[in-house]
Amino acid sequence: MKQSTKRSYTLTFGCALAGLIALLALVSLFWAPYAADDTSGGRLTGPGAGHLLGTDKLGRDLFTQLMTGSRVAFEAGLGSVLIAAVVGVTLGVLAAFAQGWLDDTLSAFLDILIAFPTLLLAMLIVAAHSATLGSAVLAIGLAQSAVVGRLVRILVKRVLAQDYITAARTSGTSWPRIVAGHVLPNIWPTLVVNLALQFGLAVLAEAGLSYLGLGAPPPNASWGRMLQEAQATFTTAPAGALAPGILLVLLVIGVNLIADGLRDTLDPAARRRRA
Amino acid sequence: MARYLLRRLAFLLVSLALASVVLFVLLRMLPGDPANALTSVGAGPEQIAAARHSIGSDKPLPEQFVHWIGQLASGDLGTSFVSSLPVAPEVGSRLNVTIPLTLTAFVLAVLIAVPVGFVAAHRRRTWYGALLNGVSQLGIAVPVFWLGMILIAVFALNAGWLPAGGFPPDGWSQPVEAVRSLALPVITIALVMSASLIRYVRSATLDVLDSDYLRTARALGSSFGQAMWRHGLRNASVPVISILGIELASTLLGAVVVESVYALPGLGSLLATGIAQHDYPVIQGVLFVSTLAVLVIGFAADFVQRIIDPRLRGRLSGGAR
Repeated sequence: MKQSTKRSYTLTFGCALAGLIALLALVSLFWAPYAADDTSGGRLTGPGAGHLLGTDKLGRDLFTQLMTGSRVAFEAGLGSVLIAAVVGVTLGVLAAFAQGWLDDTLSAFLDILIAFPTLLLAMLIVAAHSATLGSAVLAIGLAQSAVVGRLVRILVKRVLAQDYITAARTSGTSWPRIVAGHVLPNIWPTLVVNLALQFGLAVLAEAGLSYLGLGAPPPNASWGRMLQEAQATFTTAPAGALAPGILLVLLVIGVNLIADGLRDTLDPAARRRRA
Repeated sequence: MARYLLRRLAFLLVSLALASVVLFVLLRMLPGDPANALTSVGAGPEQIAAARHSIGSDKPLPEQFVHWIGQLASGDLGTSFVSSLPVAPEVGSRLNVTIPLTLTAFVLAVLIAVPVGFVAAHRRRTWYGALLNGVSQLGIAVPVFWLGMILIAVFALNAGWLPAGGFPPDGWSQPVEAVRSLALPVITIALVMSASLIRYVRSATLDVLDSDYLRTARALGSSFGQAMWRHGLRNASVPVISILGIELASTLLGAVVVESVYALPGLGSLLATGIAQHDYPVIQGVLFVSTLAVLVIGFAADFVQRIIDPRLRGRLSGGAR
């Protein structure tokens, strides 16, 4: 009983945190206090009348930028996770069905890809195309599909070893139907939890790329870019260097809590290890 | 064991060869002509052709590849298109910053994460167990560059204890300055790294605490400490070591962000410049050296796991799969 209240608390708190920022992102689609390029507020004014959090070094309203940033964060997170899910599940299922050297090769390939920092892959892809949100998302999604792929391979192998798969095979069910009917339904709880964690990591990775100047260009800047621009004036105008970081942390914690809560709800076997 | 070492070494060489082909092909797929970086804006076609010829990018790809592999075999990483300096010494001097930075941060992270993760698991029902777990949850959500910015603002700009960035021009011949300028970057990486390690240590410890063999050992009269030391440590360290290997490898190049925050002349920033300038030999050299490091670290992690856990010895590539 005690366990179940704690569980729902995790999920609720996570949803509240992430929901708050999702709300900011949704509202920014229709309304923002100022236009993105409105510099009428004067440079580096502190929090106060007219500007909730003050302005940046060009006189742009910080709160407006934060709202845009929350939208970019969700676009980055959802986009990357979508790519990671599609590519990762495909690779993982293929590797699980492959036998012998093909399985070894695919696994070794995934291992090397995992050991390679997401950021590097992203830098290469951004260098090849241009610094846009799209190339950042593509890079992060591809790097994450290696992680998802390895997880899916292990999960699928475990399912394929079960007796009901042998039963389905002997009764003449085709492999595609087995994947759709038996494998995917059995792996999805663990998969969903992992994808939620990947969402948080993707948001962090996009912020890192933007910090390096490899993400979405201004004025639709991400929190990472805002932080980079505010770094030089950290001590004189701390709001700009703190607010985006705090929102970023809150969003990632929120999503991680949702992942923990989902794991407890969907995957009872893993319940006792809440790590 | 000798047989295993030989097979694993062969696997390493094959992986390295594959990786070098992939690297070479991937880089040639990047758009943008490196010859453009060499010539001034508005250069005529014959100037660009001359530039291409001088760096060898007018030759067919297979020929370029054979040339590169030949160089590698003799320990030569080629010559930068942009600075016309050999890449190998440059990579070497960058490693003088990146290796101490990464290794110190790694050791510090392990020293933090192992005891904290153990306590967080062993005392998970107490307030401080929950607190430690909460802090590590917070830690994995903090972007490394933001932590760096905060540490700079607090300890460098406000308190003035440590430099805000940069590395002494004479490097390690100014040991005090060098150590001082690496202190904050090391702490930044170590804190972020330990946050995720704590979760793995905690989860591995929880598995051990729930295990039948630990209960049996206790029932046979071992004290908790004895049982943990004789049975727990070995079992818990296998999955943790495989994570350690991955963390160490990814930090080696993942340090690029921290190097950028603290303006350090490390391997990551060399790569960043190389990519921005389409300087193939530099990119290739850095990525080749890093791939080698990644593979060697993976090999070492695998080897250590095998020494710890005899059950893995039947398999070629072990680890917690």
